Amino acid sequence: MPLVENGRIVEDRYVRILDDAPIPDRLPVIVPANRLLADAHELVRRDGSLGVLWPNDRRVAELEPWLGHLALIALVFPKFRDGRAYSQARLLRETYGFRGTLRATGDVLRDQFHFLVRAGFDSFEVKKPADARVFAEVLGRYSVYYQPGADGQAPALRRRLRGGAAPKVRETV
Amino acid sequence: MYVYDAFDRTLVAERVAEFRDQVARRLSGELTEEEFKPLRLMNGVYLQLHAYMLRIAIPYGTLSSAQLRKLAYVARKYDRGYGHFTTRQNLQFHWIKLEELPDAMGALAEAGMHGMQTSGNCVRNITTDQWAGVAPDELEDPRTWAELIRQHVTLHPEFSFMPRKFKIAVGASHHDRAALRIHDLGLRLHRNGAGESGFEVMVGGGLGRTPFLAKTIKPFLPKRDVLSYVEAVLRTYNQFGRRDNIYKARIKILVHELGAEAFAKEVEAEWQSIKDGALALDPAAVSEIAGRFVYPDYERLDDGPPELAQARRADARFAAWMGNAVDNHKVPGYAIVTLSLKPEGGTPGDATAAQMDAIADLADRYSFGEVRVGHEQNLTLPHVAQRDLPDLWRALDAIGVATPNVGLVSDIIACPGLDYCSLANARSIPIAQEITRRFSKLDLQRDLGRLHINISGCINACGHHHVGHIGILGVEKNGEEFYQITLGGKADSDAKLGALVGPAVPYAKVADVVEDIAAAYLELRERPDELFIDTVKRIGVEPFRERVYAAR
Repeated sequence: MPLVENGRIVEDRYVRILDDAPIPDRLPVIVPANRLLADAHELVRRDGSLGVLWPNDRRVAELEPWLGHLALIALVFPKFRDGRAYSQARLLRETYGFRGTLRATGDVLRDQFHFLVRAGFDSFEVKKPADARVFAEVLGRYSVYYQPGADGQAPALRRRLRGGAAPKVRETV
Repeated sequence: MYVYDAFDRTLVAERVAEFRDQVARRLSGELTEEEFKPLRLMNGVYLQLHAYMLRIAIPYGTLSSAQLRKLAYVARKYDRGYGHFTTRQNLQFHWIKLEELPDAMGALAEAGMHGMQTSGNCVRNITTDQWAGVAPDELEDPRTWAELIRQHVTLHPEFSFMPRKFKIAVGASHHDRAALRIHDLGLRLHRNGAGESGFEVMVGGGLGRTPFLAKTIKPFLPKRDVLSYVEAVLRTYNQFGRRDNIYKARIKILVHELGAEAFAKEVEAEWQSIKDGALALDPAAVSEIAGRFVYPDYERLDDGPPELAQARRADARFAAWMGNAVDNHKVPGYAIVTLSLKPEGGTPGDATAAQMDAIADLADRYSFGEVRVGHEQNLTLPHVAQRDLPDLWRALDAIGVATPNVGLVSDIIACPGLDYCSLANARSIPIAQEITRRFSKLDLQRDLGRLHINISGCINACGHHHVGHIGILGVEKNGEEFYQITLGGKADSDAKLGALVGPAVPYAKVADVVEDIAAAYLELRERPDELFIDTVKRIGVEPFRERVYAAR
């Protein structure tokens, strides 16, 4: 499953740790949610980046005490059409101010890319290699959005009020 | 009329390009049907019994004549020469080929139309009063707010994959013509004690197999906060709405299971944390949107021009139509005209391409180029000078849309049913057609007065049978079509769900039962001007059951 960051396919630096497995020193790791909550005090003192795999049916508020120690939070899309993690992502970014890496995992297809980016994700475990290869191209599909998003693009309403030049209607291909 | 600018047009064009890519990937096998399904649904594309169906959004039911002509063009070129107006102010084409869908969408995009979010588990087309902007009893034009919300939720990064669909309606009149209480979220603009206007927020309404009327969770929401509050409701629903069972996934179940108070508390907490952020509306933003609703340049006219009175005296058919299909306008000398898409023996809500073209021409000549679509599946010309009514009537009569049955027993609301829909258990259209034939005499219809029949071909309730004065629901029993009949439902400001009048009846008996119910009403009403719905309210369904079912 290719990993996309900054628009490119990259190697995954992180190692996934199962529930009871020993945790290697120094390596960046992603631990399950229960493991984090059980061993949090030890884990945050450890040398090496810490990430957590957080399920989509658990409130992200539970993560609040540990956010300063987390380099990465991986959220889950068990199915393409299960969109709970979009809300979790926005809450983490906008309400709790999480600045680390937000990774989308699970059933991640190209048609979600712009939703994911605008909800605050910046790391993507893409299910199909063909989708991963066209990540940047697919993100360029839309030049206008109506609402504010994590990509920082001003919504159409604000652009109108600023009297900004409207984009040209491109030919559909 | 809302005027699209380059931002809106660009977004729609980009959407068509994206869909073209998705269809190509589906046709090449790169996408499975399971993967393609949520993508096509979010563009209004359903797979039905015979073909793909395309549902086109008509935001707040407002169409320009140019848009209506484009719909006629698509009906001719890509469908079988007609379209079907739905109970949610949309239009459906039922015979489109998958390969041709991107081209059909491209043609619609040229007129600023699309099928975005007319299906799928996202926020659907925002609906409102079809008389918005012209109704004498409105506080202000609710479409400004509908449009602000429509824009905000279009391709929303957080709310495009919710547990289930989400329907929002906005109203601003004393009379609720937008059926607010049967929506997932209803927003009613009103004034508080201090004279400020704001929204009453209702959540958790909906029909389907578990009907609920929406509950008020915030009696007064300042206008500036409408986007942040909608966001808080959607966020609460997206996280906590049930996803384990499609029949329990609507927000109404969440509100019911949590309780309206606990739900409201959850929303309130979320809202407090975001209300003063980027979504707070400033007056400039609101007036930017309001300013793009262009009102006609009305003439200074007086109500009741002499030629109108003369025409009424001269022609009884005209007088009958005028008494039925013409309503008061907020500007003197003008009228709101309803075009009945319910001719005797016809399919409720269907219009042919030829009719659409003719109506577009009449809109240009008599209604400043504007047409409205109402949830009763009729069309409206919203700005007709009263002096033009006789000429307009002759033209409407010639194309078959001047049946004076608006609001009467043959003005039936019906879903497409088993004739088209893969979800249906039973037919709806032929039931509606047969009922219109039984009540073909206009004198009888007028004597019966206001009486709404709603027919759904399955429990999903697209025909809103729960809120029909007479509601008819098709079910399947041992491979046969049966129909449950309810009385006393209504969708207005005093909304109510209908009560079952007796055991389900077979297909061939439905029209008989409806006739018997009508006869029972004539016998049971206290005075000729006691409406059917008021008789049911006064005496309940029992006396109807006795009369209608005694002999069965």
